[in-house]
Amino acid sequence: MTEISDLDKEVKKFEEKLRIDGKKRGALMSLLQAAQETYGYIPKEVIYKINEEADVPVADIYGVITFYAQFRMEPMGKNIIRICEGTACHVNNAKNILASIENELKIKVNETSEDGFFTLLSVACIGCCSLAPVIMINDETFGSLTPDKTVKILNQFKKKEGVKK
Amino acid sequence: MREIKVGLGTCGISAGGNPVFQTLKDEIEKHKITIDLKETGCMGMCYEEVLVEVVDNGKSFLYSKMTSDKAKEMISKHIIDGNPIEDWIVKSEKITKEESFLKTQKRIVLRNCGVIDPGSIDEYIEHDGYKAIEKVLKGYSQEDVIDIIKDSGLRGRGGGGFSTGMKWMFANRAKSEKKFIICNADEGDPGAFMDRSVLEGDPHAILEGMMIAAFAVGADEGILYVRAEYPKAIFRLKEAIEKCKQKGLLGKNILNTGFNLEMRIKEGAGAFVCGEETALIASIEGKRGMPKFRPPFPANKGLWDEPTNINNVETFANIPWIILNGAKAYNSLGTEKSKGTKVFALAGKIKKSGLAEVPMGMTIKEIVFDIGGGIKDDKEFKAVQMGGPSGGCIPASMSDLKIDYDEINKTGAIMGSGGMVVLDETTCMVDVAKFFLTFTQNESCGKCTFCRIGTKRMLEILTRITEGKGKIEDIDLLIDLSNKIKDSSLCGLGQTAPNPVLTTIKYFREEYEAHIIDKKCPAKKCPALITYKVVEDKCIGCTLCARNCPTNTIDGNKKEVHFINQEGCIKCSLCFSSCKFDAIEII
Ligand SMILES: Cc1cc2nc3c(=O)[nH]c(=O)nc-3n(C[C@H](O)[C@H](O)[C@H](O)COP(=O)(O)O)c2cc1C
Ligand code: FES
Repeated sequence: MTEISDLDKEVKKFEEKLRIDGKKRGALMSLLQAAQETYGYIPKEVIYKINEEADVPVADIYGVITFYAQFRMEPMGKNIIRICEGTACHVNNAKNILASIENELKIKVNETSEDGFFTLLSVACIGCCSLAPVIMINDETFGSLTPDKTVKILNQFKKKEGVKK
Repeated sequence: MREIKVGLGTCGISAGGNPVFQTLKDEIEKHKITIDLKETGCMGMCYEEVLVEVVDNGKSFLYSKMTSDKAKEMISKHIIDGNPIEDWIVKSEKITKEESFLKTQKRIVLRNCGVIDPGSIDEYIEHDGYKAIEKVLKGYSQEDVIDIIKDSGLRGRGGGGFSTGMKWMFANRAKSEKKFIICNADEGDPGAFMDRSVLEGDPHAILEGMMIAAFAVGADEGILYVRAEYPKAIFRLKEAIEKCKQKGLLGKNILNTGFNLEMRIKEGAGAFVCGEETALIASIEGKRGMPKFRPPFPANKGLWDEPTNINNVETFANIPWIILNGAKAYNSLGTEKSKGTKVFALAGKIKKSGLAEVPMGMTIKEIVFDIGGGIKDDKEFKAVQMGGPSGGCIPASMSDLKIDYDEINKTGAIMGSGGMVVLDETTCMVDVAKFFLTFTQNESCGKCTFCRIGTKRMLEILTRITEGKGKIEDIDLLIDLSNKIKDSSLCGLGQTAPNPVLTTIKYFREEYEAHIIDKKCPAKKCPALITYKVVEDKCIGCTLCARNCPTNTIDGNKKEVHFINQEGCIKCSLCFSSCKFDAIEII
């Protein structure tokens, strides 16, 4: 129950922001970022809401959403794993880390696990190249990985979150 | 006074810094010790993370590779009993283990990183912070500031290397009521992290640099464009801006001088091309980040068509130091045409991966071997990749090359933002070229035909070469396409995208030929050209490889020689890396 009312609050906050910032010039990207923060993705209805409130053509909104890698139009898992495929990680065998995650969670990049717990994304660099290979789970970074260590981290993460629930 | 500082940049955190910090905190409380526990930014020695510095009566002890357990022991032996644990210390008055990494460095940009608590504006101020802006506002004219920066010889650190003083002069001369100042913190080169470390470790230095620039060009609004993948940097900047406002360093009538400046952050949304200045401006305007033809340059027509000065993070971080120490102190460092220092992010197959700030003109060899400690696992040094997707691979044979803008350009690579990814004998150069083309092909905004389609065709050719399906004419075809893409692209992305391919062909042509003619990958990396096999007289049947194999394609009973079924093998290399007996070979 609390989860629902939390979401309600967030939605109210977003709608408030939309009302205040909507007409400001250049606000579109930050509105979309706020929407994604609120809903976890950008629902179709929100596109129309922004269209009305901010007076931006729907085509332009789609244009911006599809241009930037960050924006998603489908719901994402509860936790986001970002695997780094930057140069330093690439030459330090990031592909083995990717294989171990794909194998453990039975998902590929851009997919969400069946239980909705993890979504796997790939990014170009997390800026932690000195500890390559690196992954990020939500806002937390993990470095100097081996396939074994990665699987352990995933399991620990599940356990930790499981307890919270 | 006693204090403990824990390096909690993103690198420190990913190495396990947070639990170490928590343990220290708990122990200090438990034993009721009076000591300041602080967090600080990246100290540069990322290879020794987690780093903890103990400062006791002005003496410093730097502990490396700390864990919670070690932290507990350190508190009891060093802090309570007064006996430093020498085995774990890498740097102190007595211990000079890391002398070689530090000795030749000159820290201007990184002057406060890993030294001060980035969350404390007071500590920044104690370290000469905001003295430069005060000096400027109270004693200099706009022209004075521009002249100092021009004289210093500082060139933009975002990649292009254009004179910062000149850029400011253009923006200053542009006539308009409204002007903007932008900090480019999009750090797009995958494999570089200098800007992140400064953003996280010394955010106020960047803000102060921007303030000085804003004064010099006559801007009253500043925007920091930060990539979304850097949450900690964004947090630090927000905090720093807030604190400046509270102290009257941002807002109206700053330091009672009539100077006004507002500052805000704009988060990127994951598009490499937005590092390009005109695309970045479009992105701030809330649009798709498509580059525009220049001229007009942003200095005349930038954000919302107003004059805009845009500089990189590292460029701005240099400014306060130059103002306080003078142009001469800066231009006495470096080479004839590249002055001052440059921060390099050392990564890849290097022993001491981290940040090194050195005077321009140091050789590749000095950086990779003297500072970086050489190649991981003592493998053979093959090349260094500089400039990321816009740069190229400089071979080991040229490692006496002095690093400055012009020397690097001559090789076909570029200085770029300072990412240096070291490659060893196990790196396949065709694969590296393919890696970068995959990247640029993905990130091309699609505006220019040659960039959009040309990079795609190049990637297809590279892919077929790595699969052993290349033709010998492909090499010339790649060169031809490269030149056409360079000539017919509007922005730097397309103009430089072929560089990784051209430099690898120039210096490692024989590797391309081996893939094409012999159908072999000399570095044993390209999956289609290699086979994994069990070495029968080395395999003891420990079953580890079979258990690790993601496709269950390895057969064998316990204590018996195992066998890899080639049909199921996806060449993931997990058996190879997990075998403790060297019983898997790649042929
Ligand atoms: C494709 C592309 C990506 C770029 N990415 C960055 C970047 O991530 N950070 C940066 O500071 N400059 C980047 N630049 C350079 C900027 O366009 C611009 O020259 C720079 O921010 C100017 O600052 P400076 O004079 O201080 O170097 C990029 C340029 C191109 C063409
Ligand atoms: S290349 Fe992976 S963190 Fe930079």
